[in-house]
Amino acid sequence: MILGRVAGRLVSTIHHPSMSGRKLLVVDKLDAEGNPTGGYVIAVDAAGAGAGETVLVLDEGNGARQVLAGDDLPVRSVVVAIVDDLG
Amino acid sequence: MFLGRVIGRLVPAVVTPGLEGVPLLWVQPLDKLGGPAGAPFVCADGTRMAGPGETVYWEASREAALTLEPSFVPVDHAVVGLVDDVEIDAGATGVAPHRRKGGR
Repeated sequence: MILGRVAGRLVSTIHHPSMSGRKLLVVDKLDAEGNPTGGYVIAVDAAGAGAGETVLVLDEGNGARQVLAGDDLPVRSVVVAIVDDLG
Repeated sequence: MFLGRVIGRLVPAVVTPGLEGVPLLWVQPLDKLGGPAGAPFVCADGTRMAGPGETVYWEASREAALTLEPSFVPVDHAVVGLVDDVEIDAGATGVAPHRRKGGR
C-alpha cells in the first residue's frame, strides 16, 4: 500500500458503468517522512477521506475489486484507510 | 488511475479476436495540474465516448481490459472516464488553488 495525502477530487459524469456513484480522489504520494514525492494517483474512496487527510492507498486490482464489491471494476487504486499518526 | 489527454485516434487494420470494434485512442499522460508527464500511449476507450482534445482518466495493467466486453482481451491501458473537473485543494497541497475543467 502507498502512503498519500488527499489533494482534491475528480468530477466525472461520463465513465464506465461500473464507476457510477464512486467518489474519486486525487492523492499525492508521500515518502516515509510524509513529504510529497511529486507523484500522484487517482483513487476510489472507500474510507470517507477528504482534502488534506493522510491516507493509505491500496494499489492492486484484486483487492480493489474485493473492497469495492465490483467484479468488473477497472480500478487498481483505492483509499482504504485514513492515517491518524505516522510513527 | 491517472489523468490524460486524448490527442488522437488509432484505426487498426487487423485485430486479435475480442478487439473488433474497440475504439483505440492516443493518450498523453498528464500530471495532476494538467501538464504533460511522459510519453503518449494507446488506450482502449472503456467509455466509447472519448475523443481528441478531451481530458480523461485511465487505468493500466490487467484492470484496463475490465472496461471491455469480453474482458479477456489483450489490452493494458484503457480510458475509464471523462474528466469534468479536477478540484485541487490549496490547503492540502501548499500550492496555489487550482481548478481545471475537462473537455476541449
